[in-house]
Amino acid sequence: MRGSLLIKRRLTPALAAVTLVLGTAACGGGGSGGGDDIVGLITKTDTNPFFVKMKEGAQQAATQQGVELQSFAGKQDGDNEAQVQAIENLMSSGAKGFLITPNDSKAIVPSIDKARQQGMLVIALDTPTDPADAVDATFATDNYQAGKLIGQWAKAKFDAEGKQAKIAMLDLNANQVSVDVKRDQGFLDGFGIPVGDPNRIGDESDPRIVGHDVTDGAEDGGRTAMENLLQKDPSINLVYTINEPAAAGAYQALKAAGRDKDVTIVSVDGGCPGVDNVAKGIIGATSMQFPLKMAALGVEAVTAYAKDGTKPTATEGKDFVDTGAQLITDDPQTGVEAKDSAWGKQNCWG
Amino acid sequence: MGQAELLGLTMATATDHTPDFDVNRHDSLGLRVQHVLHGNPVLGPLAVLIVAVIAFSLVNTRFFSAANLSLVLAQVTVIATLALGQTLVILTAGIDLAAGAIAVFSSVLMASFCTDLGMPGIPALLLGFACGTAMGALNGALVTRLKLPPFIVTLGTLTIFFSLNSVVSKSETVRGSDMPSIMTWTGTTIPIGGFRLTYGSIIMLALFGYFFYALRSTAWGKHVYATGDDIEAARLAGIRTNRVLFSVYTLAGLLYAIGGWILIGRLASASPNVGVDYNLDSITAVVLGGTSLFGGRGGVLGTLIGALIVGVFRNGLQLAGVEVVWQGFAIGLLVLVAVSLDQWIRKVKT
Repeated sequence: MRGSLLIKRRLTPALAAVTLVLGTAACGGGGSGGGDDIVGLITKTDTNPFFVKMKEGAQQAATQQGVELQSFAGKQDGDNEAQVQAIENLMSSGAKGFLITPNDSKAIVPSIDKARQQGMLVIALDTPTDPADAVDATFATDNYQAGKLIGQWAKAKFDAEGKQAKIAMLDLNANQVSVDVKRDQGFLDGFGIPVGDPNRIGDESDPRIVGHDVTDGAEDGGRTAMENLLQKDPSINLVYTINEPAAAGAYQALKAAGRDKDVTIVSVDGGCPGVDNVAKGIIGATSMQFPLKMAALGVEAVTAYAKDGTKPTATEGKDFVDTGAQLITDDPQTGVEAKDSAWGKQNCWG
Repeated sequence: MGQAELLGLTMATATDHTPDFDVNRHDSLGLRVQHVLHGNPVLGPLAVLIVAVIAFSLVNTRFFSAANLSLVLAQVTVIATLALGQTLVILTAGIDLAAGAIAVFSSVLMASFCTDLGMPGIPALLLGFACGTAMGALNGALVTRLKLPPFIVTLGTLTIFFSLNSVVSKSETVRGSDMPSIMTWTGTTIPIGGFRLTYGSIIMLALFGYFFYALRSTAWGKHVYATGDDIEAARLAGIRTNRVLFSVYTLAGLLYAIGGWILIGRLASASPNVGVDYNLDSITAVVLGGTSLFGGRGGVLGTLIGALIVGVFRNGLQLAGVEVVWQGFAIGLLVLVAVSLDQWIRKVKT
């Protein structure tokens, strides 16, 4: 009883203060608009270094182009609600357009439709919407190509060394997310393994594949998954990983099993810690993506649209604007174009 | 367990009703099982664990090897340490949703004390423990001073700690090689025959041993059970229930921080992006271990078994080649069975 009274007495001035601050902020926000065109950026989360870099690229481009950037993010991966609210906010603030990395490719589409009806240019960044033509353009890494590059590299390496591959596949999660499927299937394709249904992970029957497990794209998941697959078949000598944190976890498992010297790990991302691991020989090769470039190009596209109504056009032969994937390795193989880790360190993100 | 001395009494009460059930021999056997489980809540989970181990050994010969069993132990060490703190909280009829957040945030803090502030290993470690303890104490203070429900308190602090975690770490992973070696020491293994025990597992087992003793044989332990069973009765009996609750949340915070330290050893890095599921995983271990979510019943031995059950299932199903989606399904089903069993055992009292 006394406790609750105390809360009330303490909260009243606090509430007044909050109201005051919010009020001022609202006025301030309205005042500083200054006539600049508004470009929105909506990322999946604001904690993943990939999106942190994306935001940085968008901010740089916005400053250069003289537009105002308003950025938003979901609370966690998969948080559609926060992204819907972000679109509503951008619509009411009169933004010219926005870049979005959808947390839920299907569920976000009705909100995007509303924004486009209002005349906004909408660009999907990194992750396509479903259907893909719900947006004006998609600026993304070709994840299938990114997977294919490390697959081709591994194939060339194993052929050159005359080794028979025993492969562990460390994927993202059980949901068959498109990024996960494309990297996984691209890798197998690059390695020359028939993929079965290209939209499905795990339906292959090739005996070189020891098994699949999930990592949630993080170190702890990567370590546990690698440990369990090693138990299933200790002769694993090639490990595909969905991203570099999963690769770092897998390496810890291999090291504990005394297998770190004779197992090759390949990955995708091109984050700075990942490139460091390439330099140290922990990761054999990784496919680098360019989030900074993705965002910068996106902001430029919205600015161009605001000026004269031009809309971006897709890369030839693809249904999206391919922002590129670059193989990074210090162990180059003939027939596979690659850059070394020194170049990687200059161009990495995160 | 703490309520063991009550057993005679409840058995006697139940016997009064026996004639109603005695008509059917099957019921009588069920009733006897019910009594035994009521007296020894550990037996149910232990039976599940043993059956699972036997079943998986039959499916895959690799399963029952020293190397694989020590692997399962290493895999559950972090979750078990967190679940130990969680058990204390749940015994008082509370719940700690912030367990994983405190562990991960503590691990990030102790790592950045070394890298950002240049502190030597041991002071950084101790300061990290102090931070975890303080986070637990904050939960305890909010529960006892403001009389807020533990669910709400820890829901709030969970969000706060994960946010601060992102702020402090800037979402960047600190590598083990950049920290003093004491930080990753918990991941070092001691080979005992084919068994590879980590220092982290030894610390975890020692903590379980200590709290097994403390809950059983100290006044504090009896007070924890009494507070969880009926807080008002405990208060009237002269137990300072607020002090008990505060001590439980604070100790839990310390245990989570130790779990964070063990996590660094396992990953050879301090990553702010791991452990999102640890909160629920720790609760799963406690529930599977037969500790009642309604408080006052259960113990830490069951929790250790509960954590091992999850580890054995995840490892065993992977070795058996079961798809990831069905691994989650199996563990979810186990939880429901465990809670149903708990309800059934409780009926002995009525």
